[in-house]
Amino acid sequence: MDIRELVPKKLKKQFNEIDFEVSEYLDELTIKLPKEHIVKVCEFLKKDSDLEFLLCQDLTAIDWAKRKNRFTVVYHIYSFKNNFRLRLKADVDESDPAADKADCSIDSVTSVWKGANWQERETYDMYGIKFNNHPDLRRMYMPEDFEYYPLRKDFPLMGIPGSIPLPKK
Amino acid sequence: MGLESLLKGDGFITTTVDAIAAWARKSSVWPMPMGISCCAIEMMASGDPKYDIARFGSEVMRFTPRQCDLMIVAGTVTYKMAPVVRKIYDQMPDPKWVIAMGACTATGGIYRTYSVVQGIDQFLPVDLYVAGCPPRPENLLNALIQIQDKIGRTKVSDFKNSILPDLNVIQNN
Repeated sequence: MDIRELVPKKLKKQFNEIDFEVSEYLDELTIKLPKEHIVKVCEFLKKDSDLEFLLCQDLTAIDWAKRKNRFTVVYHIYSFKNNFRLRLKADVDESDPAADKADCSIDSVTSVWKGANWQERETYDMYGIKFNNHPDLRRMYMPEDFEYYPLRKDFPLMGIPGSIPLPKK
Repeated sequence: MGLESLLKGDGFITTTVDAIAAWARKSSVWPMPMGISCCAIEMMASGDPKYDIARFGSEVMRFTPRQCDLMIVAGTVTYKMAPVVRKIYDQMPDPKWVIAMGACTATGGIYRTYSVVQGIDQFLPVDLYVAGCPPRPENLLNALIQIQDKIGRTKVSDFKNSILPDLNVIQNN
């Protein structure tokens, strides 16, 4: 069976309570799922002997600015066994304490792929998405006391004047 | 042979302290190579046999700021790097000069963004800007000649009231 059909089929069989959205574009398979299930689905994709997605190649996020679920966390994982790349997506909403909305967080997949550690730190640094159960969620590039998230759409290109102090002349 | 053959009699010359000090300073400028991105490649090229910065007396690139009097800032300075550049500049003994090499150091260059300092003159006193992205080695050598002219015009009294910088002394305990 072709791997493109095998992955959705196996996932639906294993987790029939989860609502997967499967789509294909330019020969690339994308599977969208609710964020609560991300860790167990990733674990299954890695451990299953037919699939063996051993490598987390990339982990990043998208800011949709005005959409209801503001962020999408994107995972690109790779199976050496099948020479196949799979894209996983999970929506994360912005935190809004006033409207009592859920906080801007998703479970960390570092328990599945250790290499996701720094990628999740980078995503946290740039988008402010918190990764629950992450072993060391510090900023990656920006100074540790920086208060903003630069890749969010509402962050100005030239930054906030005075937010990063310069040495005195 | 050299200069001494022009000396007549007992071999004395008369000059001013200003002239001899400025001549001594400008004839062997020791650069601090602050190479932090691609401009540094051109700075290294200016030290190779083809361009040979030794012709102008500046081949002694010291990698310790304590022995330098010219800082060549070659590359993009990010906000995170700025305190480091400033600290190394503060560690250089007076008198000292700064060349801002390339578009990034002068204005931020193509990096018109939140993470890059839009011109190092926001936190360093720059003596000379070198245009280019990156500048060719000839361009850097030209800058060196011009900074030598500038050093040649200095007087000893120019540096009498130099202020000692506040250094963050790291305590080992």
